[in-house]
Amino acid sequence: MKEIKKWKEKVEPINLNEDEETILNQMGLKGSTRRKFLKQVTAASLSICASNYFSSEVFANSIHKLPDNAGVLMNEIKLKLRVNDLVKPLTIDSRTSLLDALREHLILTGTKKGCDHGQCGACTVIIDGKRHLSCLTLAATCENKAITTIEGLAKDGKMHPMQEAFLKHDGFQCGYCTPGQICSAVALLEEAKNGDASFVTDNLKQMQRNLKLSEEEIRERMSGNICRCGAYNNIVQAFKQVHSGNAEMPTWQFATKEQMEKAKGA
Amino acid sequence: MRPFTYTSANSKEQALLTYRPNSHYLAGGTNLVDLMKEDVERPDQLININNLSYNQIIANDNGGITLGAMARNSETANHQEVRTKYPLLSMAMLSAATDQIRNMASNGGNLLQRTRCPYFFDTSMPCNKRQPGTGCGAKEGMNALHAIFGYSDKCIAVHPSDMCVALAAIGATIEVQKPGGSSRMIAFSDFHRLPGEQPEKDTNLLPGELITAIHLAKPEFSDHYYYLKIRERSSYAFALISVAAGLQLNNGVITKAGLAMGGVAHKPWKLIKAEAYLSGRIPNQANFEAAATLEMKDAKPFKESKYKVEMGTRAIVRALTQAYERKA
Repeated sequence: MKEIKKWKEKVEPINLNEDEETILNQMGLKGSTRRKFLKQVTAASLSICASNYFSSEVFANSIHKLPDNAGVLMNEIKLKLRVNDLVKPLTIDSRTSLLDALREHLILTGTKKGCDHGQCGACTVIIDGKRHLSCLTLAATCENKAITTIEGLAKDGKMHPMQEAFLKHDGFQCGYCTPGQICSAVALLEEAKNGDASFVTDNLKQMQRNLKLSEEEIRERMSGNICRCGAYNNIVQAFKQVHSGNAEMPTWQFATKEQMEKAKGA
Repeated sequence: MRPFTYTSANSKEQALLTYRPNSHYLAGGTNLVDLMKEDVERPDQLININNLSYNQIIANDNGGITLGAMARNSETANHQEVRTKYPLLSMAMLSAATDQIRNMASNGGNLLQRTRCPYFFDTSMPCNKRQPGTGCGAKEGMNALHAIFGYSDKCIAVHPSDMCVALAAIGATIEVQKPGGSSRMIAFSDFHRLPGEQPEKDTNLLPGELITAIHLAKPEFSDHYYYLKIRERSSYAFALISVAAGLQLNNGVITKAGLAMGGVAHKPWKLIKAEAYLSGRIPNQANFEAAATLEMKDAKPFKESKYKVEMGTRAIVRALTQAYERKA
């Protein structure tokens, strides 16, 4: 025991050069925080050296043996996350986004990380019935909230109708944006029932429930989910099928001369 | 992202007491968390205020309504009272971001949105707003998205909010809690500031002050209103230029005009000259054009933002025309 203590002391930073000093200062690491950090870095470097000796299978299996809590965290938050009707206690760094908590701590990798900056919608999940971006949500703020991810939409081994419709109408190509698209579309069904308006709604003053959304409305309301493959027509088609039972493929046409003139004059 | 301590406040008192320099109150987080990831915002402490009870939308004593600071943008834009009496506000809010972001973003947070100037976001670039004294990269650089009114030598960034442009047009009062426990009222036009010598300050809020409510006066523009937003794609983009226009008409004459512009200044730009010009005049193309020209002749664009003068003039005319011709 004594020896270990000695060894620990040995790796304490004694002589940092000017650059190292600046970097650690900029990271806001001082005093005991700095010592804690350097210990972790040392441990991390050792594990990188050691990683060559382990096969990938060892790592794959180790996921199932993940401890609830990481060893040392800087600003530790303990909370219970309710995801897809299961409650899981977690101990996380205060910086952890809900997206990272889902993917890295709960191994629910259905929710995708696209831009991680709220610009693409791939990370869309449903929190207390409303669609949210999990990349801009800190996990710490989600205590006592009901979170639904793509993994939680199927019930009793049967896909959600929106999932089936996306499959049927090819609402994707590469599939990366799809979990976000589907969660977004499922929440939109409720928003339409609720009578929520959008920027393209003609008459804001007319309050009405159970809206039947036009293609223009669907496009505007789904604009928070970007699809780089451009499967938009199929996505609209899938949504329409679940929303109104009309699965007609959207068609495009060029604006007529009259429509162009009217738009210019508007 | 840099480390920070996290506290969740269950009361206003707790939030105010927990505040210390370099803390941030956390509401929706749609702007703050993003800027922390970009290393632009570097708070030591976040105080979660999502559990505070400022989430009501209720009638107030002045015949108007009061929007709780913690009510979400989507709830606010879809609230019956807002849609029927302040549809201009509703329309502007619905033009912003996406349903996901509007479900998260709070009304108080919307007032505190920071600029989308690319030099502000890029920590390898000079920016007086992000790091005072480093200079302004945009003045001599890429300035197509920047101010044409009210800027200073230090900063030419623009305010990004749509909601705030509508609030500038219809008028509002912001209620804030001071750290000592008392509250104060700030007229909307005094809430945001021009960059001057201190571009790092977007608003006149003092450290630790907490926004609790937005008070709206009696509705004046519930019949003739329009929010025109011009952007590079038709949804999910910030405005190049936007115009909030409200008209009050009596016997074919304009009795009052509420006009404000977004994407042109460090704060929502109230079109005071155009409003004054239109009051008492007949709503027609010639008067709309005269009002727009009167306002835009003061514009001083940069190399890449010259287009904003012509675009702005046309946008004012078009927003006024749409507001006037509106049937519902």
